[in-house]
Amino acid sequence: MSLERSLYEAMLRMRMVEETIAAIYPDREIRSPTHLYIGQEGVAAGVCAALGRQDVVAANYRSHGWYLAKGGSLRAMVDELFGRATGCSGGWGGSMHLIDVDAGVMGTSAIVGGGMSHAVGSALADRILGRAQVSVAVFGDGAVEEGPWHECLNFASLKRLPVVFVCENNLWAAFSPLKDRQPPVEIHERMKAYGIPSELVDGNDALAVHRAAAVAADRARRGHGPSLIECSTYRWLEHCGPNDDVAQGFRPAEELEGWKARCPILRMRSLVTDEEDRSIRAAVMREIEDALAHARRAPWPEPSWKPAYYEV
Amino acid sequence: MKFREAVRAATVEVMRKDARVFVLGIGVPDVKGIFGTTVGLADEFGADRAFDIPLSESAVTGICVGATFRGLRPIFVHQRIDFTMLTMDQIVNHAAKWRAMFHGAHPVPLVIRAIVGRGWGNGPQHTQSHHGTFAHIPGLKVVVPATPHDAKGLLIAAVEDDDPVIYIEHRWLHEEDGEVPDGYYEVPIGKAAVVRAGNDVTVAAVGPYVGEALKAAGALAGEGVSAEVLDLRTLRPLDSETLLASVRRTGRLVVADADWGPCGVSAELLAVTAEHAFGALKAPPVRVTWPDSPVPSSQALEPGFYPGARQIHAAVRYTLSRGASAGLAGSSTKPFEGPF
Repeated sequence: MSLERSLYEAMLRMRMVEETIAAIYPDREIRSPTHLYIGQEGVAAGVCAALGRQDVVAANYRSHGWYLAKGGSLRAMVDELFGRATGCSGGWGGSMHLIDVDAGVMGTSAIVGGGMSHAVGSALADRILGRAQVSVAVFGDGAVEEGPWHECLNFASLKRLPVVFVCENNLWAAFSPLKDRQPPVEIHERMKAYGIPSELVDGNDALAVHRAAAVAADRARRGHGPSLIECSTYRWLEHCGPNDDVAQGFRPAEELEGWKARCPILRMRSLVTDEEDRSIRAAVMREIEDALAHARRAPWPEPSWKPAYYEV
Repeated sequence: MKFREAVRAATVEVMRKDARVFVLGIGVPDVKGIFGTTVGLADEFGADRAFDIPLSESAVTGICVGATFRGLRPIFVHQRIDFTMLTMDQIVNHAAKWRAMFHGAHPVPLVIRAIVGRGWGNGPQHTQSHHGTFAHIPGLKVVVPATPHDAKGLLIAAVEDDDPVIYIEHRWLHEEDGEVPDGYYEVPIGKAAVVRAGNDVTVAAVGPYVGEALKAAGALAGEGVSAEVLDLRTLRPLDSETLLASVRRTGRLVVADADWGPCGVSAELLAVTAEHAFGALKAPPVRVTWPDSPVPSSQALEPGFYPGARQIHAAVRYTLSRGASAGLAGSSTKPFEGPF
C-alpha cells in the first residue's frame, strides 16, 4: 500500500470513529469527558507512519487519534469509552486514559504535559538497555507553559535521548488563545536554547509531518538525540465534548472556516481513487459498527472495594 | 552496621541481583554519596545505573515512571523529602494512579527514597516528614524503617514491589547501629513489629519514635507499667491487624508519630481503633505528635519542638490515669515530672 493511501486511510478512520462518537454522545451511552481530535488527524497519522510497533507514544487526554494511529485496538477503545470491563483500561480510565502496551501506546495522561516525561523515561530506559527504539512525546501548545516541559527538554538534550517531541499547536488551550498565554516567540525556535533540532511543519499535511517525523526518528535511532516537531493545526470542536464552540461564541467563526478549508483529509483526497475512498469508508464503518455492538453487550466492571456498611 | 550503611548494603544487593534496577538523584555519585548511602555505586555498576540528575525533580519522577514502562526499576533519591513536594503531580496523579487507571497494564515499580532532615536548624522547608501526606493516597505504599535491620530489608522489599513505594528515612537514624544480616532478605511491606511485649498499654510508634517509645517503656517498667511497643514500619498499607490485636489486649493506646497530628497517621490509627476496637478501649487514646506548626530553625526553639521519650512516658501515664482503672499500683493523676 502506498504511503499516501495508508495516511489517508488512517486519518479517515480516526475521523469516522470520532464523528460516530460525537453523533452518539448525546445518547449518554458514553459518560466520560471526551476530547475529540477532529481536524488534527494529520499529525498522529504522519508521525505514527514513521514509527515501528516497538516504538512508543506518550500522549494526553485528546488521544483517540494517537491510539488508533499507533495500532491500538478500536474495540478496546470503544469498550473503554462505554465504561466496560473489556475496555483497554478495564473501565477505570475512560476516554482520557487509553493504553495498548503491545501497540506501544503508553498510558495517556489527563494532566497537561503529564505524559511528556514518560516518553523521556522510556527513551532513558532504551538507552540503558541498549535498544535503538524511539519514544514520542505528544503535547499541545498549553504544555509549553508547564514547568516540566522545560525539565524534559533539558534532560533529553543533556542525555541525547532517542525522543521525538511532537507539539500539536492548535492555538487554543481550552478557551484561552495562545496569544494571551505566551510571548510571540515560535515554539520551535525556542529549541535553540536546548540545543535540540526543530522544525515547524503544517500539521494538516500528513505527508509533511511524516517526512519530518521520519528524519527525527532516524536521528533518534542513530543515537543523535532528541528533536522537536511543531505541527500547526486546529481542533474543530469544543475543548471537551461533541459540540462546536464557535457557535457558542468562544472562537471566531472565520478562524474555524479557514482551518476547515485546510482539512488534512480533504487535502489528500485526490491521492486516492473514488473506488479506494468508498472501499476504505465501507471497511471502517463495518469496524465501527462491530466495536459499538461489542461495547453494548460487554460486561460492566465490578467494584474492587466493599466497605463493611454495605452489608448492613 | 549503621542505618545508612544498611541502606547502601540493600542498594548493592538489589543492583547485583537485578540489572533492571538503577539509582538516580541529585548527588547520587558525589563524594559524600547522599549521607554515604550511594557511595561507590557508580564505580561498581557504571554511570548508566547510578547517576546525577538536573534539578528537575518533577520531570525526573515522570522519567522514572516512563522507564518502568520498558521494564526498569528505578530508585529515585531525594536528600530532603521536602523536595518531593515538587514531584506530587507525577507521584499522586501519575505513579499512584497508573496500576488502577490502566487496570494493571502498566504497574509502576518505583522506589522514592526520601530523607527527613531534622537538626542543625534546617528549618521549615528541610525537616518535614510527610509520611502522612503520602499515606493518604491509594496506589502508594509508604514505609518508614526504624532500625538498620529494617532499613535494609524494607528497601529490598520496596524494590521487589511492583507498586510505587515511598521509602522515608530519618537522617537522625542514619548513625544508629544495629544487627544487619548479610545477603538478600526482605522485611515484608505491610507488617508492623511488636518490638517490646507488654500488657497495660500499646505504644504505636513511627520511625525515630520507636527508639523513644522503647526508652519510655523501659522507664515505665521500673514503675510497674508494662507497655507494648509497636514499630509500625509500613504506614500504607497499615498493619491494622497487629495494632488492633495489641489494643484489644491492653485497652489503651498511645501513638507516637514523627509528624503533625491533624489528618495524619496518628489520626488514622485512632480512627481504625475507634472503628474496630471501640469496645476494648478503657480510656481515650493519646497522640504524641509534632506541634501543629512548621519546624523552627533557631537553636532556642528547635530542640523543644520535638517530643521524645519523656512526652511518650507522660502520655502513657495520662492515659493510665483516665477511664477505667488499670488496676496499677501507683497510677496517678499528678503531672509527670521526669526523668525523661
